[in-house]
Amino acid sequence: MKFIIAIIKPFKLDEVREALGALGVAGMTVSEVKGFGRQKGQTEIYRGAEYSTNMLPKVKIEIATSDELAGRVIETIQQTASTEAIGDGKIFVLDLASATRIRTGETGDTAL
Amino acid sequence: MIRKIACGVGALGASLFAATAAFAQEAASAASEAATAATSAAAEATATATAAAATTLIKAPTVEQMATMVNKGDTSWMLVSSVLVLMMSVPALALFYGGLVRTKNMLSVLMQVFMIVSIAALVWCGWGYSMAFTGGSEFVGGFSKMFLKGVSASTYAATFSNNVYLPEFVFVIFQMTFACITPALIVGAFAERVKFWPLMLFMVLWLTVVYFPMAHMVWYWAGPDFLPDAPTDYGYLWGKGALDFAGGTVVHINAGIAGLVGCMMIGKRVGYGKEPMPPHSLTMTMIGASLLWVGWFGFNAGSNLEANGVTAVAFINTFVATAAAALSWIVIDQLVHGKPSMLGAASGAVAGLVAITPASGFAAPMTSIILGLVVSPICFFFVSTVKNKLNYDDSLDVFGVHCVGGIVGAIGTGIVADPALGGQGFFDYTQFPAGVGTYDMAAQIITQIKAVALTLVWSGVGSAVLFFIVDKVFGLRPSEDAEREGLDINEHGERAYNY
Repeated sequence: MKFIIAIIKPFKLDEVREALGALGVAGMTVSEVKGFGRQKGQTEIYRGAEYSTNMLPKVKIEIATSDELAGRVIETIQQTASTEAIGDGKIFVLDLASATRIRTGETGDTAL
Repeated sequence: MIRKIACGVGALGASLFAATAAFAQEAASAASEAATAATSAAAEATATATAAAATTLIKAPTVEQMATMVNKGDTSWMLVSSVLVLMMSVPALALFYGGLVRTKNMLSVLMQVFMIVSIAALVWCGWGYSMAFTGGSEFVGGFSKMFLKGVSASTYAATFSNNVYLPEFVFVIFQMTFACITPALIVGAFAERVKFWPLMLFMVLWLTVVYFPMAHMVWYWAGPDFLPDAPTDYGYLWGKGALDFAGGTVVHINAGIAGLVGCMMIGKRVGYGKEPMPPHSLTMTMIGASLLWVGWFGFNAGSNLEANGVTAVAFINTFVATAAAALSWIVIDQLVHGKPSMLGAASGAVAGLVAITPASGFAAPMTSIILGLVVSPICFFFVSTVKNKLNYDDSLDVFGVHCVGGIVGAIGTGIVADPALGGQGFFDYTQFPAGVGTYDMAAQIITQIKAVALTLVWSGVGSAVLFFIVDKVFGLRPSEDAEREGLDINEHGERAYNY
């Protein structure tokens, strides 16, 4: 099993979610996060007071998936979340040691 | 409210001005043009009625005679205006300011404005009305009407027209709303770093020592039916001929300079210049600014004290000057920063409202637009460049918008009031009945500058002394930890938003 963490642009979330749903991904966890990478920050100006924010808002998606599906999930996220501009985000993949469904106690791929 | 003005256009409705044959003719022709409906007002404005009115003008009427000189339209309009001005402080000013602070201080600003309004209303009825609007010296009134003694449903207050009166309570209420909003304006200068109760005490003292005398100096006079017999019964600046229709000096310059003094004496916010302090909700600020615009019609047009042609002049001037100032601010935004900002639009609108306040009943719509276009770049320069250069932390730009905008408006009033530019000129109330005075623009501008200077000194020095005393005795500034954590939780035990 793989644990996939994707950091994407917030406005791309719906598109990614739909594409992953079509792929058969049954669930995901989404959080609003802030961070910085190579994308330069934004400048806000309030009555002449300039604030440059280098922490930009992003959306973090976490998905636990079977080994077979993982490749296509990564590919799908990469394709749908891309705008071909700096700041599109990153995808990280970890090996997942175990998964347990709390309601039934099932473990492994069946718990996903 | 004050002003030695009156009604060129207003002669139509207020047939009372038509004392001379020339006036009667003018009024009659104006009436025949305008009288599309067979209203009783139009009927009154016929030449014969006007002539009859002219012969029955009463100098120094008794209270019984005044009772017959009250107009239900004027009374209704003034009560509606009073409500509009109250709306300017709560919620408009509170939201306008509140949106500009950080989330952790939202409630503190709302509370300060809300409670200053409440306390000022009580102080006004206690001794404010008496100190501002009874005779005494030229600089401050007396205490004969403390706790509204002697004011009843059958006492009356003068307007700007001979033989037109308002129930005195209406005048007390209308002026009360001004006493409520003026001190509330000040808190923006040192928002996010002041203790609640010492601030409330300061406001009681400031109203008493600074505001009531200023209101007396600018707005107190015996009234058009009494001044000819009591030619020295007026406030100092009124007597000097300073024009201030709705409170450029008394309200905006007065509060603006007090704010500047306060923010310098209290000191900068912790982290000012190092940490970002962006507004937490420009949505609230936009709602507040818009409600201010709406409420300001009561403030400016209501200051005519009657519902007539000059009221409409003040109304349209208030409308268009604001629109022009909002536009010119965002054009500057675009030129300097490359984008038109919502905060710029809101700031420009408020700057325009401030600038047109003293001029509202004197200017013409086109000169009002010019005044609006001019004021925003000047205020923009103060809030962005001057504030940074001089390095004072006027949190919400009370000085840069209200004081500077007020000064532009007060001096501009001397220009736009000139009848040669379509202005209303001023009325000479030393004769009975009152007539149009001869306008001298240069002299008027000098008078305006003197009035501005006196206001700056009076309020600047008075405020400095009061801030010093309250700070030494009670302390105005919260602890650094409390300020960092936010005033909402530390001063009020609540949070503005729980989600």
